[in-house]
Amino acid sequence: MEELLDILRSLHPEVDFARREDLIDSKILDSFDIVSIISEVEERFGVVITAEKILPENFNSAGALYALIQALEDED
Amino acid sequence: MLFTSYEFIGFLLLLFLLYYLLPGRHQWKLLLGASWLFYLSAGPGMILYLLAVTAAVYLAARRIGAIGAAHSAYMAQHRAELSREERRALKDAAKKRQRRVLLAALLLDLGILAVVKYTNFAISNLNSLLHLFRGKGQLSLWNIALPMGISFYTFQALSYLIDVYRGVVEPERDFFRFALFTSFFPQLVQGPISRYKDLSETLWGEHPFHGPTVARGLQRVLWGYFKKLVIADRMLVAVNALIRNSGQYTGAYVFAGMLFYALELYADFTGGIDVTIGVAEALGIRVRENFLRPYFSKSIKEYWRRWHISMGTWFTDYVFYPVSVCKPMLRLNKFARAHLGEKLGKRLPVYLSSFAVWLATGIWHGASWNFVAWGLGNWAVIMLSQELEPLYGRFHRRFQVAGKSWFKLFQVVRTVLLMSALRLFDCYRDVPLTFRMFGSLFTVRNWAVFFDGSLLNLGLAPMDFTILGLGLLLLTGVSLLQRKGSVRDRIAVLPYPLRFVLWFGLFLAVLLMGAYGIGYDESQFIYNQF
Repeated sequence: MEELLDILRSLHPEVDFARREDLIDSKILDSFDIVSIISEVEERFGVVITAEKILPENFNSAGALYALIQALEDED
Repeated sequence: MLFTSYEFIGFLLLLFLLYYLLPGRHQWKLLLGASWLFYLSAGPGMILYLLAVTAAVYLAARRIGAIGAAHSAYMAQHRAELSREERRALKDAAKKRQRRVLLAALLLDLGILAVVKYTNFAISNLNSLLHLFRGKGQLSLWNIALPMGISFYTFQALSYLIDVYRGVVEPERDFFRFALFTSFFPQLVQGPISRYKDLSETLWGEHPFHGPTVARGLQRVLWGYFKKLVIADRMLVAVNALIRNSGQYTGAYVFAGMLFYALELYADFTGGIDVTIGVAEALGIRVRENFLRPYFSKSIKEYWRRWHISMGTWFTDYVFYPVSVCKPMLRLNKFARAHLGEKLGKRLPVYLSSFAVWLATGIWHGASWNFVAWGLGNWAVIMLSQELEPLYGRFHRRFQVAGKSWFKLFQVVRTVLLMSALRLFDCYRDVPLTFRMFGSLFTVRNWAVFFDGSLLNLGLAPMDFTILGLGLLLLTGVSLLQRKGSVRDRIAVLPYPLRFVLWFGLFLAVLLMGAYGIGYDESQFIYNQF
C-alpha cells in the first residue's frame, strides 16, 4: 500500500491520498494521471490494469485501487 | 424535421398526447415508432443505415454475451477439475472469441461511417495528389448525402457494444428495445452520445403523467428555443457576413468574428441540447447533461471536461485509455523512460495517445483538413500547457495570485479566447485561409471598427445588437445562478404570478424576438451536420 501511495504522491504531493475517497469525483486525478498510475503500477507490481478496469469506483481512493491491484495479482 | 420547425412542434404535441394516454407498458413502443417516423422524415433511404447499425450491434452484442455465458457455465461445472493454467487458457480463449466478434462489428459499423462520411474526402485528396504528379485523370466525387446523425448513433451503439465486451453491461435481448436506444429521437441528430447504462434506467419504464415533470421539461425546451432562435440564429447573420467576405473583413473583424461565433455556437449547441434533454424530461426519460458551463473553464483541459461532455468521455473511455494502456504503449513507456529520462519519457506515450484522440476528434467533426487542423490545434495547446506546468508552478510560487478573483477571471477569458481562436478553423473551413485571417489580427490595424459603427454593416441593426447584448447578460446571469443549483427549481418556489411572468415573458421573447422571416432562414443546428 505504501508503494502505491508513493506513486500517487509523486503526481500530486499536496493531496492526502490515504484519506481521500473522491479522487475521480472531485477531479483530483485526470486522464493523464490515470495513465501514469497504470504504467507505474505495471512496472512496480507487475500487473496490467486494462482499459475496462478504468472505472471511477476503482480509482476514487488509494484503497480501492490497491484492492484492484491485489485482485489482479490473485486472478486466475 | 428540424427542432425549430412547426412540424416538430406538431409532432411533439401529438406524441405527448398519445404517450400519456397509452398504458405505461406500451409507451416505449410508441417512442420507437415516433423515433423511426422522425428519422423517416429526413428521407426514406436514410433509415436503412440506422437499421443496419442497430442490427449489427444488437447481434454482435448477443453473440459476445452468449460466448461469455457459455464460458461461465462451463467453468461452473468443471472449475474443480481444472488447473490454474487451464482455467486461464480457457478464459483467454473465450475472450479471444469475443474480441473477434467485437472487431468484426467495429469494422462493419466504422466502415459504414467511413464510406458515407469520408469517401469524398479521400477522393479529393487523391485528386490533389494526381494533380501534383501531373496526372491527367480526375476521379469524380460520389454523390451521397450524409445520413442524419450517423456519427452520433454509430458512436452510441458502439459504446454499448464495447461495454458489453468489457462486461460493464448485459446484452439487451429484445431487438426493439435496443432499437429505441439507438434511435431515441430527441438525441438522434446532435447527441448527446448517451451511455446504455444511463439511458436504460428510464428509457423503457412506465411514465404516468405528472404535470410538474412535464412542465419542468417544457421549461427547458423553451429556454433552448430562446438560446437558438433569439441568440444563435440572430448572431449567425453577422458571423456569416464576416466569413463569406473574408477578403474584406480582416484584422479586428476577425476578432469580432471569433467572439460572435463563440456566442453563436454556444447558444446553438447548448440550446439544441436543452431541447433534447427537455423533451426527454417531459417524457419522463433522463438524458445526461452534455455541458457544464464550459465558458467558465480556467484551462483548455477543463473546458473539454465541460463542453460536449458525452463526446469527450467517449473518446477518453474508448480511444484514449485503450491506446494508452495497451501492451505496445506500456513497452514504449518503458523504452522512453530509459532513453529520454524519467520525466519526458513518462509523458511521451500520453502525448502520443492524446494525439490519436485529437486526430480522431477532428476527423469525427468533419471530413476535411480544417477539422484535422482544429483537432491537432487543441492537442498542441493542451500539450504545451502541460509542458509549461513547471513554469506555471514557479510563477505561482513567486506571485500569490492563484485563487484571486481577478486572476480566475483572467484565466476564464484566456480560455475563451484560445478556444475561439482555434474555432477559426471551423469558421473559415480552409487551413491556409484560417492562418492568413489569424495573422491579419496582428498586421491590420483597424481596431476602430469596434467604435465607429462598422459592425452595423454586418446585417444586424442596433436593435439586434441590443437583443444580443441582453441575451448574453441573461445567459451569463443564468450560468452564474446555476453554480448554486437548478434555476428552474428556484423559480418553481416563487409566488405564482412571478413564475407566470417569467415563463410567459420567455415565451413571448422567443415568439417576438426569435430570428424568423426574411433574411433568416430556419437554420439547421450546427451540430446536425457532424
